[in-house]
Amino acid sequence: MTLNRRAFIGTGAAMAAALAAPAVRASNHGKPRVIVIGGGAGGATAARYIAKDSKGEIDVTLIEPTRMYYTCFFSNLYIGGFRDLSSIGHSYGTLAQSGVNVAHDWATGVDREARTVTLAGGAVLPYDRLILSPGIDFVEDSVSGWDVSAQNKMPHAYKAGSQSELLKAQVEAMPEGGRFAMVAPPNPYRCPPGPYERISMVAHLLKEKNPTAKILLVDPKEKFSKQALFEEGWNRHYAGMIERIGPDFGGDNVSVNPDEMTVDIDGVVEKVDVCNVIPAQKAGRICEMAGITEGNWAPVIPHTMQSRVDENIHVLGDASNQGDMPKSGFSANSQAKVAAMAVRGALLGSNVFPAKFSNTCWSLIEENDGVKVGASYEATDEKIVSVSSFISQTGEDADLRKQTYEESIGWYSGIVSDMFG
Amino acid sequence: MNWKHDRFWGVLATVAGVGLATPVVAEQQDARIGDAEAGKEVYDLCVGCHEVGPDAGNGIGPHLNGIFGRRAGSVEGFRYSKGLSREGRLGMDWTLETLDAYLENPKALVSDTRMSFDGLEDKADRDNVLAYLRQFSDSPQNIPESAPTGRAREVGLSQETLAIAGDPEFGEYLSNECTTCHRIDGTYDGIPGIVGWPEEDFVIAMHAYKRKIRPHPVMQMMAGRLSDEEIAALAAYFGDLE
Repeated sequence: MTLNRRAFIGTGAAMAAALAAPAVRASNHGKPRVIVIGGGAGGATAARYIAKDSKGEIDVTLIEPTRMYYTCFFSNLYIGGFRDLSSIGHSYGTLAQSGVNVAHDWATGVDREARTVTLAGGAVLPYDRLILSPGIDFVEDSVSGWDVSAQNKMPHAYKAGSQSELLKAQVEAMPEGGRFAMVAPPNPYRCPPGPYERISMVAHLLKEKNPTAKILLVDPKEKFSKQALFEEGWNRHYAGMIERIGPDFGGDNVSVNPDEMTVDIDGVVEKVDVCNVIPAQKAGRICEMAGITEGNWAPVIPHTMQSRVDENIHVLGDASNQGDMPKSGFSANSQAKVAAMAVRGALLGSNVFPAKFSNTCWSLIEENDGVKVGASYEATDEKIVSVSSFISQTGEDADLRKQTYEESIGWYSGIVSDMFG
Repeated sequence: MNWKHDRFWGVLATVAGVGLATPVVAEQQDARIGDAEAGKEVYDLCVGCHEVGPDAGNGIGPHLNGIFGRRAGSVEGFRYSKGLSREGRLGMDWTLETLDAYLENPKALVSDTRMSFDGLEDKADRDNVLAYLRQFSDSPQNIPESAPTGRAREVGLSQETLAIAGDPEFGEYLSNECTTCHRIDGTYDGIPGIVGWPEEDFVIAMHAYKRKIRPHPVMQMMAGRLSDEEIAALAAYFGDLE
């Protein structure tokens, strides 16, 4: 066991400073104000927990541009035909009932000195604490030949909704015996098993409707999460359909031509019918605009998820650089509860308990063939570390896999009601 | 060691409750494996035989990239001692625990290993060098199932903290981790409802997961790091919920 005296004093001091904050509230306002930007697994959870647990003593405003939120988790199941699109769409009415003010607008700027957020509609909102949970944006030019203007020809479908619909429609319209290609992203990215679950779901769809079609997976990474489980499942359910080209064979040297519908893999040009480009990722743009990013992500203090640049800002989920938790909806939800507790402690002086984090990611490989991976985490001064992990095993029997899938359905309904009430 | 962690809790609660910026001096048990920077210096003892990092290859000993989670004796192209090959065939993986034992006394773990190294007696040295080496294996951010990068702190509560545990707020706070999956309205939908579960049954079930008698990996993980008092607080909280 490592004892680290100096590090702890540091934390204590940071905590004390954070807790001294009630003295400096936004002026001329009775209640402390919290603004949350981004209504996904991190932001919606944080907004709801702060409003619920402060029992109206904190004024919470959630800023989210879309009126209907489509969860990225389970959007692959929609593509595979296991869910309707409407079943993964959620509106914000219930959050308003929990006492959260919901503003459907874009946040266009953060003034950290004045502690205000500017909205596209022109409003300037003051805050005592700001929570940024904007998810991801794409790194420009990470896949040569692709930019967001090409997203209708070569969808990313890595923000759920119309992009998921488009990709599914394109797969369904593939000619008999056609080719589907995916350009997988480099680390780190949202949902580590996500691209591979998507490959499974596309294979499921094609196996039903277009069994002679082929899938080409172009991957810049040597290995990926749940690899043995996916590869076992692909062999069992979709034998001969899926080909993966890793970095050894040029999977890390790819460009695309959306007009020609071609993929160039290390100089070999492949003509395809559908191309799902998942580019390299970075924190949602508002983090950069707020000036709290280092590199592509926003570094945070693990104990509270406070930005390392500005203690009045917390960053949750995919956008944060916290250490060893994967970028996932489950992680964001877990981090949101820690941040909500820290914010209430800072603004109202309520109890602050040590942070605990956990994550589980379920993936569906084929109908009733579900697998999962998970870990628990603890905060250290340096980063969030993983302290135990588990994963489904290869060769598990069909009943267990079915039970795992059913469990994922239960989790979906659990997390959605935890986010939105 | 538990008291250090207890004191950490107590301190946090006090600071939070009173809102005072009293300077606090306490030692906290850190969840990190060790200090990787200090471990880099300890690693100087190893560099004669082992390479690690980008482009590392086998030398007198095998390279150490990706060693965490690797089967013993399994680096391609390296000729191992009979002992190490045997342990590998028997199913020994390199984990924090096995590596720690091996570094403390190589011959105690693998009798006829060819690694001529007397061992690191100092636990802190072993922790630090393992923290250093862990950086060259898979990152849990990208591969969540990869070997842990820290050690769970043992959870134990002092009298001071027990006073907090009696606070329903504490049970409610702990329950936040449960409600990601178990619906707070008690609905069963693939994951069992736990609302209104009789207190005693709840406690027995959690301890069965904690002791890994009940076979569910997520629940074993969640219960595994709950103290007796935390389980009691949760049982009381969920038992009273309607």
